[in-house]
Amino acid sequence: MIQSIPLSYVLIVSTLMFFIGIYGFLTRRNLVTMLMSVELILNSVNINFVAFNKYLHPQAFEGHFFAMIVIAVAAAESAVAIAIIINIYRNFKSIDVENVDQMKF
Amino acid sequence: MLDQISFFVVSAIILIFAVMSVTSRRILRSAVYLMFVLIATAVLYFMMGYNFLAAVQLTVYAGGIVVLIIFSILLTSQISERAVMAPLKQKILSSLAAVAGALLVLMVVLAFDFKPSPASIADSSIQAADSATLVVDNATAGTAQASSNIHDIGLALVSYEREGFALPFEVVSILLLAALIGAIVLAKKEKLPINTELSDNTNNDSTL
Repeated sequence: MIQSIPLSYVLIVSTLMFFIGIYGFLTRRNLVTMLMSVELILNSVNINFVAFNKYLHPQAFEGHFFAMIVIAVAAAESAVAIAIIINIYRNFKSIDVENVDQMKF
Repeated sequence: MLDQISFFVVSAIILIFAVMSVTSRRILRSAVYLMFVLIATAVLYFMMGYNFLAAVQLTVYAGGIVVLIIFSILLTSQISERAVMAPLKQKILSSLAAVAGALLVLMVVLAFDFKPSPASIADSSIQAADSATLVVDNATAGTAQASSNIHDIGLALVSYEREGFALPFEVVSILLLAALIGAIVLAKKEKLPINTELSDNTNNDSTL
């Protein structure tokens, strides 16, 4: 089915998704929602890997495995980040980035 | 035609729910919107023929990470609580930065002429000659079934030969183990005596 869709369409979607994630990361004040923006960014990068693998090197597996490894790293990263967020909430009673400035120089 | 329509529908779902996910004031709702984005991405992978990757996306991302995020939202805030948004000036500046970056990247990406690798064209033309069938699109036909074959994926994942991915597989498994231990150590409660000691003397770094 993919023959009828040019590669550039997929790249447009993933680029827009990446910068939506950047916008969310810059404007959000809550640590959990910032983490969700990071997940959006990682996901758009995954789409790029898979699309390049499919369109440019259809006989290879590299993009496919890179996307799978990015998914595993994202899972590990969000687990550690959520542990840190829960710890911050315990110490500061809030997960707003504005309130967590004790170590700010 | 039908493929293009379904691709546009899936892309529209991805982009609309991504925007709603970063702008919604209710945190729980934005987590659910994020889940829709991730499921639509899995649909995109299904459309490209990567069935195994789509299944991994559905189970790990839409199943695991979203549930983890929703848990942490419920642990750290009230459901009815509205998120504090950035001031208007910062919103305008960040949207300007995002739009400028998107325009820059799109200009570069759309101007570049992507060509399929010569090896893949040669590969599929050999296969086409073998099966003696007329293949219209040399670049993508003939190898479509190789990418979705779970047997090949599993063999490549543990093979340590040239086309194998055993080293990244092992590195990721060690990373997952480290993340598991790290998350438990970070999130577990301190023992009571250490807690009282901390409240007595906040400068004592060794108890942290």
